[in-house]
Amino acid sequence: MTYKVTEEGNVSTVFLNGEIDMDVTEKAKEVILPIVESGKEVHLNLKDVSYMDSSGISVLIESHQKALEHNTKVIVKEVSKSVLKVIMMAKLEQILNLE
Amino acid sequence: MNIEESKDFLVSTASLKEVRTFSREVFEKINLPQDQKDELVLAIAEAAQNIVKHAYKDIAETSDRMEIKISLKNSDLEIGFFDKGKAVIPENIQHRKLDDIKPGGLGTFFIKQIMDAAVFKKDQKEWVNHLVLTKKI
Repeated sequence: MTYKVTEEGNVSTVFLNGEIDMDVTEKAKEVILPIVESGKEVHLNLKDVSYMDSSGISVLIESHQKALEHNTKVIVKEVSKSVLKVIMMAKLEQILNLE
Repeated sequence: MNIEESKDFLVSTASLKEVRTFSREVFEKINLPQDQKDELVLAIAEAAQNIVKHAYKDIAETSDRMEIKISLKNSDLEIGFFDKGKAVIPENIQHRKLDDIKPGGLGTFFIKQIMDAAVFKKDQKEWVNHLVLTKKI
């Protein structure tokens, strides 16, 4: 997994790339959670994420819940078809902010 | 079409990508819709992840290997997982309730969603755990 972060005003966009599994979830959390904890709005762009398992879904849930704690939000953007399928299998499409 | 392929992997999170690659290569040989192949790869990866996460819980590093065997006879797909970690107590395995939104606990749910059955067998003396996933395809 690789990533890129861009900043614009109070919004940080995190572009994740590759496959998100248990082997990379700590790295993903290390990138995303500090931004959320700083109170910034985070846009998670998943257009280049080709695979996500339950560990990746846990990162999305943890990021979403951490954002609620810090009165901000995480918006999950441009979800690839394969990742959307896993999100829907977990019945999280109504819980996460998907755009 | 009949297939039987197996491969062993170091019990480590770093092996999960290799597990997916092996699974994809096997399913490439089977005429199935891509969506179904992706689901099957997910189920295999989740089961392999459970070995690393649960059977080897609290073991930071091991040289142990786990084996995955994918067999297709006619339309019966069987995927076996063999490991030498802590013995699994099948009755203790349960996924979290979906409306209890929190990180974790979804891997087993995904496996149950995708496969027809998931059964632990005690038929392999040289292994501690033998999980068998089956699906009619």
